[in-house]
Amino acid sequence: MEDKHTIIITVANRVGVLARITGLLSARGYNIESIIAAPTENPDIYKVHLVVHGTDEKVEQVAKQLNKLVDTIKIQDISHKRNYIVREFILIKVNAGNARSEIFELVDVFRAKVVDVTKNHIIIDLSGPSHKIERFIELLRPYGIHEFVRSGKVAVSEN
Amino acid sequence: MTGAEILIDALKKEGVDVMFGYPGGVVIPIFDVLNRTREIRFILTRHEQGATHAADGYARATGKVGVCLVTSGPGATNTVTGIANAQLDSIPIVVISGQVRSPVIGTDAFQEADVVGLTRSICKHNYLVQNIEELPRIIKEAFHIASTGRPGPVSLDIPADIINASLKNYMYPKTVDLVGYKPTLKGNARQIERLAHAIANAKRPLLYTGGGIISSNASPELVKFINKTNIPVVITLMGLGSVPADHQLFLGMPGMHGRVAANYALMQCDLLVAVGTRFDDRVTGNLQTFAKQAIVAHVDIDPAEISKNVKTDIPVVGDAKNVLAELIQKVAARKPDEWNKTVNEWKTKHPLAYKQEKDGPIVPQYVIDRISHLMKDDAILVTDVGQHQMWSALFLRHRQPRSFLSSGGLGTMGFGLPAAMGAAMAFPKRQVIDISGDGSIQMNIQELATCAVNRIPVKIVVLNNGYLGMVRQWQQLFWKENYASTCLRQGPQCPPQCKGPGKKCKGVYWPDFVKVAEANGLLGLRAEKPSDVDKVLKQGFKTKGPVLMEFVVKSMENVYPMVPAGKSINEIITGDA
Ligand SMILES: Cc1cc2nc3c(=O)[nH]c(=O)nc-3n(C[C@H](O)[C@H](O)[C@H](O)COP(=O)(O)OP(=O)(O)OC[C@H]3O[C@@H](n4cnc5c(N)ncnc54)[C@H](O)[C@@H]3O)c2cc1C
Ligand SMILES: Cc1ncc(C[n+]2csc(CCOP(=O)(O)OP(=O)(O)O)c2C)c(N)n1
Repeated sequence: MEDKHTIIITVANRVGVLARITGLLSARGYNIESIIAAPTENPDIYKVHLVVHGTDEKVEQVAKQLNKLVDTIKIQDISHKRNYIVREFILIKVNAGNARSEIFELVDVFRAKVVDVTKNHIIIDLSGPSHKIERFIELLRPYGIHEFVRSGKVAVSEN
Repeated sequence: MTGAEILIDALKKEGVDVMFGYPGGVVIPIFDVLNRTREIRFILTRHEQGATHAADGYARATGKVGVCLVTSGPGATNTVTGIANAQLDSIPIVVISGQVRSPVIGTDAFQEADVVGLTRSICKHNYLVQNIEELPRIIKEAFHIASTGRPGPVSLDIPADIINASLKNYMYPKTVDLVGYKPTLKGNARQIERLAHAIANAKRPLLYTGGGIISSNASPELVKFINKTNIPVVITLMGLGSVPADHQLFLGMPGMHGRVAANYALMQCDLLVAVGTRFDDRVTGNLQTFAKQAIVAHVDIDPAEISKNVKTDIPVVGDAKNVLAELIQKVAARKPDEWNKTVNEWKTKHPLAYKQEKDGPIVPQYVIDRISHLMKDDAILVTDVGQHQMWSALFLRHRQPRSFLSSGGLGTMGFGLPAAMGAAMAFPKRQVIDISGDGSIQMNIQELATCAVNRIPVKIVVLNNGYLGMVRQWQQLFWKENYASTCLRQGPQCPPQCKGPGKKCKGVYWPDFVKVAEANGLLGLRAEKPSDVDKVLKQGFKTKGPVLMEFVVKSMENVYPMVPAGKSINEIITGDA
């Protein structure tokens, strides 16, 4: 069955490492849904969070190939793991119109934050698990969404 | 010391004794140092592709890292095919290229090409050196990565300003520190135990081995293992020579052009022990039907190969030599039994055969058979790509490892001659024979002059069938004999649907290979009838320098056995008489 897989790749902070990862994925025919690369507490080490589609077997194969990259230190497919805190971040621009108070109520319920208000629209930021973000988007849709940007997932293990 | 001096010093410390390549603007400083260095012999090839294949041939013959040095831009882009070729066959080479000065990288400077970008997907690892301080470490890492674990090509791109910069406290590192790169060499004891157990329980066990036996120098262990267990073995194109071809238990090469016995054994075995091989589609044919009755064990140094194409029941990640040595301790001796009898019957029932008529045209298999009889025992055979390659694989009596060099994974026409040069530079005392087709030889024919000028005594055999034979064979069998662009006589005079050169053919054949040989300073010989074959081979082999021997062979001969693409490997066209 094709599924979404979230993969965390721990890599040495070397020039071109992100290009190696994306190059390998495209060479082997994988579409990347999201990818984030950022430094960690250790300046020599970066973490790359990657979301790809595929069957368990296919994703296992690509994980092995990614692991072969000389700069890869560790690779984890956390899709089927429970002990991870996974978060995503979104910035969303909604029509202000005459439903302002309703939107503010939703912001409260979701513990989102209003970062900017103009005559025409409200900009809101929210971070949380992906399903929460998706619900928030759905609830705002009727008011008219101008645009939104999502960060893609990042995760940390509980232990 | 300057970057150039550091590079040459480092190469010496890595034990490099010969290099292949081509100069150009940005690498002049390196050549300047190189030309004053006694320890490294530099061979100027006539094309950078030739240099990469020569380094590759050197590496295949010796097991050491092959090295080439080229200039930026077009020099570097000309190495791309050679790098990909080494990657697909897991061959350790280091390709050093000059790059434009760091400050102008990314400005479309003169002779700039994004070498790390171009080579990223076709090499094991690559580097663009950013400053002189990291140069020594990077060279050390490049050689380490190329030669350890699953070997492969490493590209090293050095900008001109770094070649010319100087470093005060140069020290060549003794060790590498790569957190992300630690190949597993020792097999997991529990899995080896399981494998030994499976062998004890199997009724129809089969070994399937390949290039990994060669790269881990595990031939002695493999032979010991089969002698103890009497398990028959099939060996891929890449592993030929790791067990002598006349060994009782050797069933031949499996796959698309493999021996019937080898393919039947793969389909019938109940335990398949794959060691250092990667279940390539040329071997497995239709994956849905491949070795369906078998428990599959796979010993490989690369974890990504396990279950890549065929689901593995017993995975052993580790070096073939180590694992086989341990396995020999753990397995019980086994006597030849019914299964051995069955596979031997297949072997005798489907022998490799060809027919050479006394007054007919020369058949290519006959030439290869004669080479096998007349060559020296320790000769190194190199092939190009096509029918002649398959006949060489099938009809040569392979005697020892690292003595049959062939482009398997990429199937690069033009590999043969330069690779043979590389092997000959590594072993000046051994006979090196390149077996090529009239199509392939023209793809790096410029290296004839390199052989003549440098007195590299390669014996070149051109089997001239007037066609790109391998492709023509497919057109004959699967495309209704529509010989589109595979006849090397095809020109404006030809009818559109020519079915082969009959009496009416007005085409003429070019080039004249004997003249080409002579024009390049080689002895050129030609055989046109069967009775010439031995004469030409003997004269060619006896001659001191490089020789080109052309054999005008039957044009429409096909390679059999053959499994049509995508079919099960027992749906084989045997070609039996
Ligand atoms: C026209 C043409 C026709 C062909 N037809 C055939 C055919 O009929 N039959 C055939 O066999 N081939 C054929 N080939 C070649 C084929 O394409 C493949 O190159 C070949 O089958 C691969 O060989 P291999 O499986 O031994 O793998 P290789 O490419 O040699 O790979 C080596 C394997 O060993 C592993 N390894 C490396 N080092 C070690 C170590 N130290 N310890 C353990 N494992 C290690 C690697 O990880 C890898 O999995 C043909 C090629 C051409 C061009
Ligand atoms: C660089 C390259 N181009 C094209 C091919 C496709 N190809 C495979 S075999 C072959 C024909 C080879 O002809 P020749 O060298 O004359 O050998 P023969 O098959 O006749 O023995 C071709 C064109 C290839 N393998 N490599």
